[in-house]
Amino acid sequence: MKDRFNLYRFASPATFYPLAGTLIPYFAAISVIFGLAGLYLGMLVAPTDFQQGEGYRIIFIHVPASWMSMFIYLVMAFWAAIGLAFNTRLSGMMAQALAPTGALMAFLSLWTGALWGKPMWGAWWVWDARLTSELILLFLYIGYMALTAAIDDARRADKAGGLLLLVGVVNVPIIYFSVKWWNTLHQGSSVNLTKSSMAETMLWGMLLMAMCFWMYSIAVALMRVRTIMLERERNTDWVKAELGGQVAGGKK
Amino acid sequence: MKSRHKKLALIGGALAVVGIIAALVLNALNSNIALYISPTDVAAGKAPQGKVFRIGGLVKEGSLQRQADGVTIAFIVTDTDQDITVNYKGILPDLFKEGKGVVAQGKMVDNGTFSANEVLAKHDENYMPPEAAKAVGDAHERAAEKKAAAAASGAQPKASY
Repeated sequence: MKDRFNLYRFASPATFYPLAGTLIPYFAAISVIFGLAGLYLGMLVAPTDFQQGEGYRIIFIHVPASWMSMFIYLVMAFWAAIGLAFNTRLSGMMAQALAPTGALMAFLSLWTGALWGKPMWGAWWVWDARLTSELILLFLYIGYMALTAAIDDARRADKAGGLLLLVGVVNVPIIYFSVKWWNTLHQGSSVNLTKSSMAETMLWGMLLMAMCFWMYSIAVALMRVRTIMLERERNTDWVKAELGGQVAGGKK
Repeated sequence: MKSRHKKLALIGGALAVVGIIAALVLNALNSNIALYISPTDVAAGKAPQGKVFRIGGLVKEGSLQRQADGVTIAFIVTDTDQDITVNYKGILPDLFKEGKGVVAQGKMVDNGTFSANEVLAKHDENYMPPEAAKAVGDAHERAAEKKAAAAASGAQPKASY
């Protein structure tokens, strides 16, 4: 191709579909590599903790899942804003494709947190600000999926869902700063951009697992967005060409 | 101004409004969101009278008393300024330790002590191997000794700790 590289070219489902297909195996492979390295470092190399013993190792799932649950929501809100402002087709599809993974991460975060809370704190659940706001995040994901599923017209579903996503985005800083702003049972953050209060190998294990979760999220979101594209654009020429003769029989 | 830029500005404005509303609501609810109050708050009369609430702080060093039955427990919760004696009957979480964080749920009783029906351990955000924790502890002790030595040699001791 002689023409200059244009990123906006991929805003069209017809061009993004094959690109996503090419990228998926790479993200999946990178996720597996990071996951293996992270689990090795976290489960075998990282030392026992001075107060929690071996039990702290659930952190290698808990923290990456929590981070991703917040980050995926921000990305979805970003796509919602783009979709509402520029009326682009792909944005709504991306938001919908990310939602189940975000919900999974929020659920994992709450579930591993409960499993961790019982032996360490003495309770599966407390209504402190951190836990409650994370639960609200899970409800926002579920609410978004329910709302978009309830509206038949895909573009209108994207608009309504996008509005919910944008209103709900205030919850993300609340989750993140809750341990700073209020008295909570959940301890303060161990890691931020400038400092960490974890031993080095523990921290690296956690960061590798976070990369693993991140790459996994991208891979499954791309898979999902491909099926959403095919479904929504089933009457277009590019989908018919993509699937060859397969759609002809499936039509009612 | 193109219509899409107008829309983007509108979205930005709406987000700001939602953010301000959330901030105001959270600010108004501040005392209800806090999971626990400190012994200082209790001393200042902020504790609900005759109602269940939670107090939080550190378990005072050397304050833990266990009755012969092993489950009747008394300890002092401190925020280094005010102390409250907590009575509790039950099993303590593994991380419950003198000098560490604790959150207890219960009621104030007439003699000024706190009768807890649930005691939770609150650990800090530090994760390190036991050897590192010991090294940190030793360094603290050395610093304390140094301070004591300085105080003994005529320097003005600090009023607070």
